[in-house]
Amino acid sequence: MTDTATPIDAAIAPSSGRSLGTKTRTYFYAALLIVAAVVLVPLITTALGGFKTLGDLRGNAFGLPQTWMVSNYTDILLSQRYWLQMGNSLLIAGLTVFLVLTLAAMAAFVFAHVRFFGSDHLLNYFLIGLMFPAATAILPLFIRIRDLGLLDTYWGVVLPQVAFGLGMSILLFRNYFRGMPSELFDAAFVDGAGYFRFFWHITLPLSRPIIATVGIITFVGSWNSYILPLIMLNSESKYPWPLGIMVYRGEFSTDWQLILAFITLTIAPTVIVFFAAQKHIIAGLTAGAVK
Amino acid sequence: MSQLASSALSLPTGKTRMRRRGVGNRGKWPVIVLFLPPALLLFTLFVILPMGEAAWYSFFNWNGYGLPDQWVGWKNYELIFRQSAFRNALVNNGLIIVVSICIQIPLALWLATMVTKHIKGALVFRLIFFLPYVLADVAAGMIWRFVYDGEFGLVANVARFFGQAPPFWLADKDVAFYAVLAVIVWKYFGFHMMLFIAGLQAIDKSVLEAADIDGATGWQKFTRVTLPLLGSTVRLSVFFAVVGSLQLFDMIMPLTGGGPSNSTQTLVTFLYSFGVMRMQVGFGSAVGVVLFIICVTLAFSYKRVFMKND
Repeated sequence: MTDTATPIDAAIAPSSGRSLGTKTRTYFYAALLIVAAVVLVPLITTALGGFKTLGDLRGNAFGLPQTWMVSNYTDILLSQRYWLQMGNSLLIAGLTVFLVLTLAAMAAFVFAHVRFFGSDHLLNYFLIGLMFPAATAILPLFIRIRDLGLLDTYWGVVLPQVAFGLGMSILLFRNYFRGMPSELFDAAFVDGAGYFRFFWHITLPLSRPIIATVGIITFVGSWNSYILPLIMLNSESKYPWPLGIMVYRGEFSTDWQLILAFITLTIAPTVIVFFAAQKHIIAGLTAGAVK
Repeated sequence: MSQLASSALSLPTGKTRMRRRGVGNRGKWPVIVLFLPPALLLFTLFVILPMGEAAWYSFFNWNGYGLPDQWVGWKNYELIFRQSAFRNALVNNGLIIVVSICIQIPLALWLATMVTKHIKGALVFRLIFFLPYVLADVAAGMIWRFVYDGEFGLVANVARFFGQAPPFWLADKDVAFYAVLAVIVWKYFGFHMMLFIAGLQAIDKSVLEAADIDGATGWQKFTRVTLPLLGSTVRLSVFFAVVGSLQLFDMIMPLTGGGPSNSTQTLVTFLYSFGVMRMQVGFGSAVGVVLFIICVTLAFSYKRVFMKND
């Protein structure tokens, strides 16, 4: 940026960054590396800390373990609670994603293609849900779930999660459906397809990108969610991992090496999936915001 | 989220009408009757009704069992505003917004301008910066609980290295919330950076070339061309910071649980500690209503004042 590009330079290299000087480049890398270190050091020391002894951790939190206590990790991996929690989280997130996708796509299809009296008002009604977090109504929600007999069941977590996910999902689906060329619609109807066949055979197969987006947003939200399970679940055997991590920390309050190993193992799936599917995940999580 | 709501509030109707003409009214009602009610039922049952019930319960002193019958009028609301913990929570929520605007967003923008340049490894840096955002708040809070731990944590190790007594930041009520703020920035700057990357990529390159031809320096290009064109992204980013601040709960619980002496409460942790934990349904509902009013007021006024053109 320090070098002022001449007009000719600009014509050759239209993208403004091609002509970075060495000085700028060094400054960029220095800045980026410092920030990257701030991001990564807590994560790496957490993962390494899981391999240490408590004494090692006390004097040597940054370095490599003096002796690699692999048993910290293997003990957790061989325990039932870790897999149970992961399974619970997966089940809750899976059910939530399935229901959100189904219900939101169906409702959005109606809002996008069927014109009827009051449809605008009905859509706005769903969008009220975008304006406040689930926490505002958490106590009445608890009482409702209790009165329905769903306390301490997976459904007690899933149903409110789905309900609070509907507003955003319907909006994303509807905007996408409306963006499809209307000739498709006309052609299908000329050929005698009804709304249901159109939905199933034309809309859904063409909607994979938006299904992925809504699915990712919903899955990440549910996988990471804490407050709803915290309030709705009582028995540890049903806890998803964010609750499990808190219980684990309560049990091993100062055995930080074990807690660190546990944290590392619980976030490992997220990190692995993130790096494996980063393009889709970043696009999905920011699409919800930008669109 | 607000611009989402705005796009829906002004539904264009012309296009749909055209479409209907081509399609006719054939088979319209079965699809409405089958496709809408499931979503409608769930949404009403678990979003709208609970919010209405919160407003109703907030006028009772009720522990959640039997029927609410002890009407107390506005007393719960009076109690809320008399609590110093609630004032702490309000101030803290405000502080989060201030820090987001003054530190997090400039940081995110600064990084976004660098990682959108053609430099090697730009994509890797983007990934690294976005990584904390993908982690659960609970996990991030727990990791930083370790970082700040006065006995085994990173901060303690650094302090000992310099021969200082290790500080217990999270246990010090004057410092604890600043420590929490640092974690918030660490967790969320990557998300804002992604918003800015999208914003920067949407800027027409020819405008910047024109500035180049006119002999603008890098800094001039940034302040006179890029920044004004990023206006809507900045406003969106601020909006998300506000929304995020009002929802903050998961990260506080593993870090401090709202303590020491309520110095790190946010509105939602306040609701949890004083409403849910003590099963004060009336009082907790009143807090929920206050939070709801704050959310809706901020969303609407922000949209009206700052985002009307977006």
